[in-house]
Amino acid sequence: MKNLVEVQNLKKNYGSKEAVKNISFEIKENEILGLLGPNGSGKTTTIGMMLGLLKPSGGKILINGMQIEENRIEILQKINFISPYIELPKKLTVKQNLIVYCKLYNVLDTKNRIEYLTEKLRLKDLLNRVTGELSSGQKNRVSLAKALINSPTVLFLDEPTASLDPEIGDFVRSFLENYKKEKKISILLASHNMNEVTRLCKTVLMMKDGVIIDKGCPQDLIKKHGRKNLEEVFLKLSRSADEHN
Amino acid sequence: MSITRIFGLFLRHFYLITRSFPRILDLIYWPSIQITLWGFISNFFAAHSAYYNNAVGVILTCAILYDFLFRTSIGFNMLFLEEIWSRNFTNLFIAPIKIGEIIISLIFTALIRALIGLIPAILLTSPLFGISILDLGFYLFFLFLSLYIFGITLGILVSAGLLRYGPSFENIAWSTMFLLAPFGCIYYPVEILPEIFQKIAYSLPLVYIFEEARNILINQTVNYQNIVNAFYFNAIYLVIAISLFYYSFGQARKKGTLINIGE
Repeated sequence: MKNLVEVQNLKKNYGSKEAVKNISFEIKENEILGLLGPNGSGKTTTIGMMLGLLKPSGGKILINGMQIEENRIEILQKINFISPYIELPKKLTVKQNLIVYCKLYNVLDTKNRIEYLTEKLRLKDLLNRVTGELSSGQKNRVSLAKALINSPTVLFLDEPTASLDPEIGDFVRSFLENYKKEKKISILLASHNMNEVTRLCKTVLMMKDGVIIDKGCPQDLIKKHGRKNLEEVFLKLSRSADEHN
Repeated sequence: MSITRIFGLFLRHFYLITRSFPRILDLIYWPSIQITLWGFISNFFAAHSAYYNNAVGVILTCAILYDFLFRTSIGFNMLFLEEIWSRNFTNLFIAPIKIGEIIISLIFTALIRALIGLIPAILLTSPLFGISILDLGFYLFFLFLSLYIFGITLGILVSAGLLRYGPSFENIAWSTMFLLAPFGCIYYPVEILPEIFQKIAYSLPLVYIFEEARNILINQTVNYQNIVNAFYFNAIYLVIAISLFYYSFGQARKKGTLINIGE
């Protein structure tokens, strides 16, 4: 499998504060990579740089073989992002929001793309509803439809199932698994839900204070650190890094 | 440049305006109130002032022109603020839309917003006060165009601040026009200003536009130099504003404003 994403010696400084310190990793085609770490560990900063929202202080990000700093628009055409901290315009209907984003991503077959995604994400009955009036589970699925509107080859997910009930959370996880298998896309998943990460990710990166402190398959990490589950590994690594510091 | 993307962003605001009757009403309400108020003041001055008695519509015409400038500038800022308020800012900046496309789209949308408010107000002036802004004739187009360019220039400058400093810049967005209004000589000739203020006024396009509007209505002559000067200063400020917008975008990417702005 080829690497769709390559991050090489990535750094981000805010003045004298080093938010991300020389990290390197890659995401293969058809892979979901988990990005774990406590709040303030540098996950959002890393994703921000990969989305072109932040300018790195050093290092390189290659997506589909192109550098984000030099090919920002071309890369943005083929990636997308979902986070509970950003929303779609609340006053527009679901259909209007999806049409707008089809245009912004230059999607040619707007009608079929919206039909396909709304069918897959069970949104057909919500198309003419105002987005702001939907439940958080419904809004989450609309945001997911927006994130897939441009058929991205790389998808960035920041807490994609936060604040969802278990049924909807499971639906979203199953959908992502199937969609990844079907379209062979790469996904970077930042999450605090360790069960979700264990279920979806083949490889996990543990971040703390801007550095990657461990990396591996969830089961291997559990075995390596002699713990029962990924949550315990997460706690052990966070605390040992504290002691180390 | 992609017309589809420009249209996409325009569509986002078009849907927003047309979906909400209170929003349309809000766009129409303030210009109409403003023009009606200035209409009565204008009538009073026309009856009691030697300066205005030959041109009843001078104040009202200038009020309409100023309102167009104000609506264009505020309209541009509102479109930008709308993205922040709706927490859609990040979605917009991770879409493959170029800065130039955002600016062009907002320029057109701001014009439509301004016209929705202004056309009913202009239509009101004729039956209520017997005044038509069309008395400015063919030159009205140049005056409006010049005001439109300056309005969007101010809008771009304020949006550059919003981009760089985030929502804390919002108050500046509302107050810019009020800061510049005294130097614009909207309702009085430039000679009224103290000398030092006159120098500032002459470095803005506004004074040339409003001086010329009064000149056409009162003296029934056209001073082309005023129109040329207005466009000359507009071109300078527009280039500065667009450059600053690009610079602010670069700074926002360095400082992390684009990530935190909608949260």
